[in-house]
Amino acid sequence: MENHKTRNGSSAKICCVALDTVPYQGAESEMSSSQPDIPAPLTNLKFQYTKIFINNEWHDSVSGKKFPVFNPATEEKLCEVEEGDKEDVNKAVAAARQAFQLGSPWRTMDASERGRLLYKLADLVERDRLILATMESMNGGKLFSNAYLMDLGGCLKTLRYCAGWADKIQGRTIPSDGNFFTYTRHEPVGVCGQILPWNFPLLMFLWKIAPALSCGNTVVVKPAEQTPLSALHVATLIKEAGFPPGVVNIVPGYGPTAGAAISSHMDIDKVAFTGSTEVGKLIKEAAGKSNLKRVTLELGGKSPFIVFADADLETALEVTHQALFYHQGQCCVAASRLFVEESIYDEFVRRSVERAKKYVLGNPLTPGVSQGPQIDKEQYEKILDLIESGKKEGAKLECGGGPWGNKGYFIQPTVFSNVSDEMRIAKEEIFGPVQQIMKFKSLDDVIKRANNTTYGLSAGIFTKDLDKAITVSAALQSGTVWVNCYSVVSPQCPFGGFKMSGNGREMGEYGFHEYTEVKTVTVKISQKNS
Amino acid sequence: MATTNGAVENGQPDRKPPALPRPIRNLEVKFTKALSFQKLDGHIPRARDALSSGFHTGVWGECALTCPAGARLLCFDPIRCRLACFLGNVIKMVSTSSFPERASFPIFINNEWHESKSGKKFATYNPSTLEKICEVEEGDKPDVDKAVEAAQAAFQRGSPWRRLDALSRGRLLHQLADLVERDRAVLATLETMDSGKPFLHAFFIDLEGCIKTLRYFAGWADKIQGRTIPTDDNVVCFTRHEPVGVCGAITPWNFPLLMLVWKLAPALCCGNTVVVKPAEQTPLTALYLGSLIKEVGFPPGVVNIVPGFGPTAGAAISSHPQISKIAFTGSTEVGKLVKEASSQSNLKRVTLELGGKNPCIVCADADLDLAVECAHQGVFFNQGQCCTAASRVFVEEQVYADFVRRSVEYAKKRPVGDPFDVRTEQGPQIDQKQFNKILDLIDSGKEEGAKLECGGSAMEDRGLFIKPTVFSEVTDTMRIAREEIFGPVQPILKFKSIEEVIKRANSLEYGLTAAVFTKNLDKALKLASALEAGTVWINCYNALYAQAPFGGFKMSGNGRELGEYALTEYTEVKTVTIKLDDKNP
Repeated sequence: MENHKTRNGSSAKICCVALDTVPYQGAESEMSSSQPDIPAPLTNLKFQYTKIFINNEWHDSVSGKKFPVFNPATEEKLCEVEEGDKEDVNKAVAAARQAFQLGSPWRTMDASERGRLLYKLADLVERDRLILATMESMNGGKLFSNAYLMDLGGCLKTLRYCAGWADKIQGRTIPSDGNFFTYTRHEPVGVCGQILPWNFPLLMFLWKIAPALSCGNTVVVKPAEQTPLSALHVATLIKEAGFPPGVVNIVPGYGPTAGAAISSHMDIDKVAFTGSTEVGKLIKEAAGKSNLKRVTLELGGKSPFIVFADADLETALEVTHQALFYHQGQCCVAASRLFVEESIYDEFVRRSVERAKKYVLGNPLTPGVSQGPQIDKEQYEKILDLIESGKKEGAKLECGGGPWGNKGYFIQPTVFSNVSDEMRIAKEEIFGPVQQIMKFKSLDDVIKRANNTTYGLSAGIFTKDLDKAITVSAALQSGTVWVNCYSVVSPQCPFGGFKMSGNGREMGEYGFHEYTEVKTVTVKISQKNS
Repeated sequence: MATTNGAVENGQPDRKPPALPRPIRNLEVKFTKALSFQKLDGHIPRARDALSSGFHTGVWGECALTCPAGARLLCFDPIRCRLACFLGNVIKMVSTSSFPERASFPIFINNEWHESKSGKKFATYNPSTLEKICEVEEGDKPDVDKAVEAAQAAFQRGSPWRRLDALSRGRLLHQLADLVERDRAVLATLETMDSGKPFLHAFFIDLEGCIKTLRYFAGWADKIQGRTIPTDDNVVCFTRHEPVGVCGAITPWNFPLLMLVWKLAPALCCGNTVVVKPAEQTPLTALYLGSLIKEVGFPPGVVNIVPGFGPTAGAAISSHPQISKIAFTGSTEVGKLVKEASSQSNLKRVTLELGGKNPCIVCADADLDLAVECAHQGVFFNQGQCCTAASRVFVEEQVYADFVRRSVEYAKKRPVGDPFDVRTEQGPQIDQKQFNKILDLIDSGKEEGAKLECGGSAMEDRGLFIKPTVFSEVTDTMRIAREEIFGPVQPILKFKSIEEVIKRANSLEYGLTAAVFTKNLDKALKLASALEAGTVWINCYNALYAQAPFGGFKMSGNGRELGEYALTEYTEVKTVTIKLDDKNP
C-alpha cells in the first residue's frame, strides 16, 4: 500500500499539465496538440475501497453478502464488494435525509462554499487521476488512454463546471397582478437517488452527483454492479474534500434489489437513471407507484448518422467510424445507423471496412491496443446474437462477425452493408462494435427513416451545405444533433433524449432544473409600484 | 455586521474561526532583481529559529531577515507556523515577481515590467505616517497607448486568449484566486500601508471580497449563454455573447484591490482584455496583482496596469479611440468627465460607480441595538471612505433622542490609531486633500447649526486622523446633509412619517444605496420599492456579495457591477440570422 501511495504522489506531477484543454469524450479532437502526456497505467493497483459508503464511513452490507467484480479483459476477479440491498439503501436514505434537515451544516452552508467543495473534489480527482484511470480501464475494459484523457478529463471539467453554478442558481422576482410581491426560490429537491451505468462509470457518477450537490441536494448512489470501484474511490475523496457526512452515500449492488429499493423508496424525492430503456421504464413505473418522485432518465439510442455526398469524405469516414466503435460500441450515443447518400455509398463502405480492419484487440492497459473487451458475458452474447441475426436477415457482412481470442469478452470489429430498415440490427440497440451502413437517396426520405424509431438520443449529419445542415438538424427527432462532428459532449451543453431515449436533460444549465424545486413566495403588500 | 462581500459573517457553521493574522511588519516595498531561493535558503531557518525561541519564552517574536540582494523583511507574528508561511510568501514575492532592479514599481504591460516613457516617477505615501513608501513609474498617454496596443494584440482573432476555451478562462481566474489567497497577508499588508485601512479589515474584508469575486466570476466564464430565437420567416436566428474588446478600468483608492477585482474578474471572465489605471494614492496592490496574473499564466497583454494620475493617464484611457469600454469607480464629478470623454472619442461603453449620500432609515419599531450598530459601522467603516457610507441617518421621532445618544456612545468608543494595531477600527484619511475637505464640511455643519455631539476635529497629535464625529439636529438643507463627506462624520436627521421620509430620502441626485431598519414586513417592502437606490439593505448594511449586482440610480452611476448583471456590461450581443432555402421541408 505504501508503494501504491508513492506512485500516486508521483502521478500528481505528471498530470498537472494543461488539463483544461483535454478534449472531452470527443471522437475527434481539435486540440490534440495540447493534451497532457499519458503516463503508464499503474501496475500494482489495489482495490481498498470495497464497502458501502454511508455518512462518510464504510459499512458492511446488512445481509453480510458480497459480490465479485471482474476484469472483462481477463475474466479474472479483481475483488469482492459489499452487496447493498433494501436495508442498506434504507440506511443510506436515512443518512441523506438527516444531512438534508433544515439547519444542518449542508443546508446552512453558503452556496459559494458548496461550489468550493466541488472545486476541491475536482483537485483531488486530478491528483488521483492515474489511479482512477487505471481502475476504470481494469474494471470497465476501457482503453487506458481513453480513460485517462476522455473519462477523467471529462470528470474534471464536469466538477469544475458544476462548481461554478452553485451560487448562480437564481430565483426571480415576479410582477404578479394585484398588490402582491412575488419571488421564487430555487430550492434543492431533497434526497436524490442515482443509478449508474457501467459504460462510463466515473463520468456518469459525476454527471449525477455534481449538479445534485451544486444545487444543495443529498444523494444515494448505486453504481453498476459491474463497475463500482471508481465511484467508491471517489467516495474517499468526497470525505477528504470536506463534504458533511450523509451528503453523498454510495450503495453498490444489483438493479433488482438495491436499484429497485431506490426507485420505489418513499423517502427519496428524485431518481436519476442512466441505462437501458427497458430498466428506465421500470424505474419510472416504480416512482409512480411509490411517491411520485421526480424522474430523469438517460436511456438507449439507435442514433442515425447521415452522410451527404457533398461531405468531406476523409473526415466523415473517421468520425462516423469513431462514432460507432468508440469504447467497443458501448455508448448510448453510438451511431449505429449510418445513412450514406447513394452516390458515395460503395466507396464509403469500402473505406469504412478498411478502417475497421485496422483494430488491434487486446488488454486495454497495453499500449498500442485499440479495442478492449465488452463489459460482460451477457452483453457479449447479446451482441453475437445480433450479429447472427444480421447475417440471417440478409445484410452483407463486410468484415468481422464473430468473437476474438480465447479469454475475455472480445468481439471482432464488424461492418454490415446493404442493411435495410426492418432488420434487427437496424432497429435494436446493439451496444457493441457492429456498424450498419444503409443507403439513402433523398433528403426527405432519410429524415423520415432516421426518425422512424422509438429512440431519439442523438444524431449526426455530415455535409458542407449550410442549408441542409440546418434543415436536417431541425427535422431530426433527437436530443442532440452533431454537424460534421460526433460525440462532442461537454459539461456546458445539455444532454438527453427525445421519445424513449429519456426524460429530462443532464448537464448545462438545463441539467440544473432537474435538481431544483421552484417555490413561489407571494407576500401581500399595501400598495404596488412598478 | 454584514460587511463588504459578506466576509465576516459568512463563515462555515462548524468551522473554527481562523487565528488572527498579523501584518508583515515593515515590509520594505523595494523590489530588487529576482532573488534565488538558494540565496535565501540560509536565512529562512535562522529567522524561524529566532522566532520560535521568542515564542517559547512567551514573548511576541520579532525578527529581521536581511536578504543579500537588499530586500529587508521584518516580521511579526505570535503564531510560529503562520509566520513561517508569511516569510514564505514574502520571499516568494521577491523571488518570483521578477521586478527589474530598481527602487520604483514599474508599469505592467504584456506581462513585462516597463519604465514610464517620460522617465517620470511619483511617490506613494503611507497615510498613517506620511512617510514615502516607494516610488512608482508614472504612466501617461504614451504608456497608455503602449498598454492598449498590447491589449489589442492580445484580443486579435486567433490569439491564444481568443481561442481559449471559456472553461479554461474560468480556470485561470480560479488559479488567480488561489494565488491571491496564498499571498493574502502580503496583499493585506501592502493595502494597509498604502491606504491606511485597518489591517484586519484589509485581510478579512478586502481580500476575502477579492477572492470570492474572482471565484464567482471564474464560474461564469463558461455559462455566458446566447439564445436561439423564434423569429418570423424561414430563418435561423441565434445570438452570440461576445467580449467587448479592450476594456479600460480606472479604480479608486478606498478599496484599491477589491475595486480592481470587481472590474477585472467580469471583464476577463467574458474574454476581454484590460488596461487598468489604479488610483495614484494606492497603486501597490494592483501592481502586485500584476505579478500574480503573470504567474498564473494569463497570456501577455490580457491585463495591463498603468499607474498614474487621472488628468493624464486616466484621461488617456477614457478618450482612447481603441478602448471599447471603460469602467470607472470614483467621484460623480470625475464620472461625468469620463462619460464625456468617451462620447467625444469613440462612444465607448461606460459603466460608472460614483458617489452616494445614502439614506439609512430607522423606524421606531426597529431593533434599536442593531440599527445603531449598523448605522455606525455603515458610516464609519473604512474611515467613512465608502461610496455606500450611511451619511444621512433618518431616525423616527419617537426613538430619535435614544438613537443619537447611543450613536454618540459608539462613536466615542471607536478606536482610532495605527491601522496595524489589531484593536484599531479607524485609521487615517487617505490624503491631505480629503482630510481638508472633511474638516471643511465639519465646520460647515457647526456653522449651519447642526448640533455637534462628539468629535468635530482632527486628532491633535497625528497626521491625517479625524475624530469620529456625530451631528444631530441636522436638516436637509445643510451641506453635511447634501454633500458626500467621505469621512468619519455621521449626520443624524429626524423624521415623522414614512411618506415624508421617502420623499426626503429620494430628494438628492444620488441613488447608490439605502438602508431600512424595521421589523414590519409591509413597511420594509414598501420602502424597498419606493427608495431610489441601486441597493436597499433591510436590517443590515454593506451586505455586498459577489453574487448580487451593485450600482447606482441617478447620478450615482451607470450600469451594474457584480452578479450576473455585470456580465452584460462586458459583452456585446451579436444576432446571427441565417436565411434557409424555402424548398426544404
